[in-house]
Amino acid sequence: MEVRVVNVRKEFDRFPALHDVSLDIKSGELIALLGPSGSGKTTLLRLIAGLERPTKGAIFFGEDDASHRSIQERNVGFVFQHYALFRHMTVADNIGFGLKVRHGAARPPAQEIRRRASELLDLVQLSGLEKRYPAQLSGGQRQRVALARAMAIEPKVLLLDEPFGALDAQVRRELRRWLREIHDRTGHTTVFVTHDQEEALELADRVVVMSQGRIEQVGSADEIYDTPNSPFVYSFIGESSSLPVKVENGEVWIADRPIGLQAPHAASGEAVLYFRPHDVDLLDGCSGCIAGTLAASRRVAGTRRVELEIGGERQRVEIELPVDHPAAQKSRVAFRPRRWKLFPAA
Amino acid sequence: MADPEIKSYEPHHESRSAAVTESRPVRITLTVLTLAFLAVFLLLPLIVVFREAFAKGVGAYFASLSDTDTRSAIRLTLLVAAIAVPLNLVFGLSAAWAIAKFEFKGKAFLTTLIDLPFSVSPVISGLVYVLLFGAQGLLGGWLQAHGIQILFAVPGIVLATVFVTFPFVARELIPLMQEQGNGDEEAALSLGANGWQAFWYVTLPNVKWGLLYGVLLCNARAMGEFGAVSVVSGHIRGLTNTMPLHVEILYNEYNAVGAFAVASLLAGLALVTLVLKTLLEMRYGAEIAATRGH
Repeated sequence: MEVRVVNVRKEFDRFPALHDVSLDIKSGELIALLGPSGSGKTTLLRLIAGLERPTKGAIFFGEDDASHRSIQERNVGFVFQHYALFRHMTVADNIGFGLKVRHGAARPPAQEIRRRASELLDLVQLSGLEKRYPAQLSGGQRQRVALARAMAIEPKVLLLDEPFGALDAQVRRELRRWLREIHDRTGHTTVFVTHDQEEALELADRVVVMSQGRIEQVGSADEIYDTPNSPFVYSFIGESSSLPVKVENGEVWIADRPIGLQAPHAASGEAVLYFRPHDVDLLDGCSGCIAGTLAASRRVAGTRRVELEIGGERQRVEIELPVDHPAAQKSRVAFRPRRWKLFPAA
Repeated sequence: MADPEIKSYEPHHESRSAAVTESRPVRITLTVLTLAFLAVFLLLPLIVVFREAFAKGVGAYFASLSDTDTRSAIRLTLLVAAIAVPLNLVFGLSAAWAIAKFEFKGKAFLTTLIDLPFSVSPVISGLVYVLLFGAQGLLGGWLQAHGIQILFAVPGIVLATVFVTFPFVARELIPLMQEQGNGDEEAALSLGANGWQAFWYVTLPNVKWGLLYGVLLCNARAMGEFGAVSVVSGHIRGLTNTMPLHVEILYNEYNAVGAFAVASLLAGLALVTLVLKTLLEMRYGAEIAATRGH
């Protein structure tokens, strides 16, 4: 099922949580809503589900305007952050709940509901736990039961709110791979919310980066990481370093020296240079480069991070060096970013 | 109401650090004081009630219980409780639902209002009904013209009891429901349940032990209420006397055996309530822990 969010605005007590957000989700796609807390990602998910109503704008399920449909009518599978499993029901009853509450002819016989529950438990690799209660399951198992319960109603769209947020790192990685497999097998259009960029970039077909109630950028993991379109995305996704610079006649300057970067299309004036700390060329001599005094050096796993002080204003910037690189022993290091981007000074 | 059960969660003496352990004489003194207090103020009266009730033998005890007026007092008390408790179950559940699950203006005020019967003297609660429904009261004329008898009759007793016992169920459920939040209900709705199904299959089972606990306390109070009922009842023997009122009348007539026989029933009710309450707390302590507020 294709989902379109069109110019949606949401206010809580006049406080805007989402400003004019639009998003097209293709059928069968796995989409991540990524952002810091307060960015509006959960609000957007709840609006798609029908747990909230938009203040303005519309949400389409296929050609159908679903904005004013209730959550029951929308037929979405929602997996809650803390699972919201019914604690007084067994695993099988939890999974069968969505079928049990159907009316009349739509409700399958009890035996059929049990069979469906067992089938779904197989799918989430928890066969044999039908009679357990949620309290008797581990966090990862509860997560799987919650997913099975959401899928039991054959939803048009599967929505997951921080699906791995409450789990420890090991289980998280496992479940991440497993969710991808389930998605590929069942082909549900799936939207999940996360604040973990690694999760979003690894798992999703497309990532929606959100900040302060707005969508900053939508794209594949490669697009988001390699060509961030705003300072926010640059600094939120992956490591980044930034330096205040000046653009004159298509050349980038720091203080009174050009640094050897050409920006023919940039407007002259103040700007901020963004680059990845690991994506730099180290230089020996310096004519047209960024040179700085070594201020600090840390060993981080397989690389060495060094902090440099640049120019008279001693701007601090971080770059990464190979562990045994001789530059780390020197007092002055010169480099030039390989890939970089200029944004107008704020 | 202080719950003695809370103490059972404390670790043993051995595992306690020396810093928070009192010296032996202090410990013994405090323990003896507490036990003496409990004996004099709780245990002794209980023993006296039963001793007086059986003072003239088992025969006299049962004879006074089978007295017509006594039997009608027992019947009336059971009737009043049978009406007031279910009503307050529904009222309390609705009030708790509204307060815990929704945001609206005046919520704090409503919460305070629910506690009103706890803070007002029961006699005043009774008097309010006299002022409302009495012959000279606000609605008295209209009621008389239509031949409806509220005061000095069963309806008045039920109303007064409902008023006095209103907070019990709501007070148990509000913190419990607030703690549980809306998550489970949202999950139920997202799975296609309608509001009634979400309530019946999800909300109610989630609060059932807290609800039972509230009903238990509500029932104990409904059967034992004296002040408010005394004002509105009119003390008509065999008609509007509940058990507590009947105890007073018998006692004032120097019928000690009769008075204490009925009192022993009320004491028995209290003991049963206490046992059930303890059982509930032992088995479902975690689920009703949030209700230890008062």
